[in-house]
Amino acid sequence: MATFFGEVVAAPSRAGVDDEEEEAAGEQREETPEDREIRRELGKKREVHILWNSKLSASTGSFTDEQFPCSKFILAIGHNSVAFLSSFVLNSGCWEAVGSVKLWNEWCRTSNTRSVLPTDAFCLFYKLISDPTVLLCQCNCYVAEDQQFQWLEKVFGCMREEDLQVTILSTCPVTDYKTPESTLTLPSPFLKALKTKDFKETICCPLLEQPNIVQGLPAAVLSYCQVWQIPAVLYQCYTDVIKLDTVTIEAFKPVLSSKNLKSLVKDMSRSGEILKKLVTTNEIHNNIYT
Amino acid sequence: METRLSAVAGVGNGSLSQRATGRSYWQMRRGAEGPLRRTDAHARTAPVPPGAMFVPCGSSAPPDFEGFTLLLPAVSVGNVGQLAVDLVIFTLDMPKVGYFYTDCLVPMVGNNPYAAAAAENSTELSINAEVYSLPSKKLVVLQIRSPFVKNKYRSFCQTLLSWVKSSRCAKVILLSSSHAYQCDDQQLHGTPLRYLLSPAIQKTAGELMQRLNWKEMEKVAAYPGVNDTDMVLRIPGGGITTLLFSESCSNGIQMAVLLKFCSEGDNIPDALALVNYLNEWIQLVKSEQKSDAPATPSQWKIPHSWRLLFGSGLPLALF
Repeated sequence: MATFFGEVVAAPSRAGVDDEEEEAAGEQREETPEDREIRRELGKKREVHILWNSKLSASTGSFTDEQFPCSKFILAIGHNSVAFLSSFVLNSGCWEAVGSVKLWNEWCRTSNTRSVLPTDAFCLFYKLISDPTVLLCQCNCYVAEDQQFQWLEKVFGCMREEDLQVTILSTCPVTDYKTPESTLTLPSPFLKALKTKDFKETICCPLLEQPNIVQGLPAAVLSYCQVWQIPAVLYQCYTDVIKLDTVTIEAFKPVLSSKNLKSLVKDMSRSGEILKKLVTTNEIHNNIYT
Repeated sequence: METRLSAVAGVGNGSLSQRATGRSYWQMRRGAEGPLRRTDAHARTAPVPPGAMFVPCGSSAPPDFEGFTLLLPAVSVGNVGQLAVDLVIFTLDMPKVGYFYTDCLVPMVGNNPYAAAAAENSTELSINAEVYSLPSKKLVVLQIRSPFVKNKYRSFCQTLLSWVKSSRCAKVILLSSSHAYQCDDQQLHGTPLRYLLSPAIQKTAGELMQRLNWKEMEKVAAYPGVNDTDMVLRIPGGGITTLLFSESCSNGIQMAVLLKFCSEGDNIPDALALVNYLNEWIQLVKSEQKSDAPATPSQWKIPHSWRLLFGSGLPLALF
């Protein structure tokens, strides 16, 4: 398909599998041992690993069979939601880093270092020191479609649920939002929520209207919680700025009044300052002319 | 490839749209007794099962599908099968009985695609593969709302067929579509609707198809121009249709494929045509005219989530 600008663009197909796969499926081609070997090696490379600090077992004393009790799981996906947790939640309580996810795919390779910049790709876990059943995850990296299921099984596989409540924060472009009006005239950023059947708490923003949908890791986590009856809520921020942005980050503020986050936010006096610092650091890294 | 919610796999551009131990996966998860006990240490340390499994909604016991007809879409060109399945679920007001939880499909969530915007049940979460059932019609429907994760279509077929076997469904009807632009000369004549029957279902349904004057999907030469005796089945744009059908044939599963040749675009008319075709065979809704005439499209109810299939409104400044 050609556009007005002359470039060749592949039109998204609504057929279920792509041409290459279809050919293989149609011809019933037998997989050779070599195919299998390549597939296995690729699969190994794309495995998701969770590295827990060895300190964890000592500090909680309950990390014996690779499971720990968990009552609250707060998950931020994407730069803006990660920055929101950094500036409004992580700074106000006493948290310790307890683990990280190691993964590799075509878009991202998580760094091995613990001290990360806001622009790095990382997925880190923190625990509240005063209540080790509170787990927080900042996921800044792209988790590919074939890795999302693994991510879920491995993260939730480590938890022993004790009245677990899950809160997910994520952002996506406002152009993805379906509304009878034009998205140009919408005052963005704005928050919308989706919840699982078992989530009974009050929600601090309107629910996402059909026919809107959410995809990617937030959808994977929410589906898991819906199927296995874990109360969970997703706060999706629709924004017109994709990079780190103060206005987008602050759009998450209503979530601080939710039952699951309220008790975790103690001191917000320095939040603004930290947020400013986060955003400026990012700008410097992004602009060679400053 | 897009994920689209129609109810939610949508129409139109850019719019919506066992473990080895012998116990089944969900038994492992729930404890064999039934009510969900996910704190069960065994369940959590159990290795991740491959593929997918049927998980009933809530803490109810798994429903019995013995002797039921399983209706499902092939994720194929124009999402025609998925849209047709939406029409069936919504028109018959089928209750959701469970999920088909799998690592083979791209994750997707949205609110209840079949509820009116302000209805009480409109905030019920829907996921990418859900199972609906209507015991009075002995019908179970699997709706698939997203495409396959790359290279997972084969394992999806295996899991699906093993579920069909274990749930003892009597027969499977796959609603599919194929690229209209790839039709050959003989396929251009007459109706754009075709059917396929696996050997196991031929006995029970073959005669009826003849009576209905249905056209069987033509086989094409494997090496056109070179050798016209080797004939193969090709369904371009049909996604997993060919694979699922041939696996069903070799496994003795009673499967019928109903498909329509179509192009991508507004595929609502295609979905209505396909669901009417299905209705000629298994009478899901009564037709208004003579009993042998196909039901008119007006009898199918269009789900609320089919709104905005072609995206959001346009900025007024454009005009």
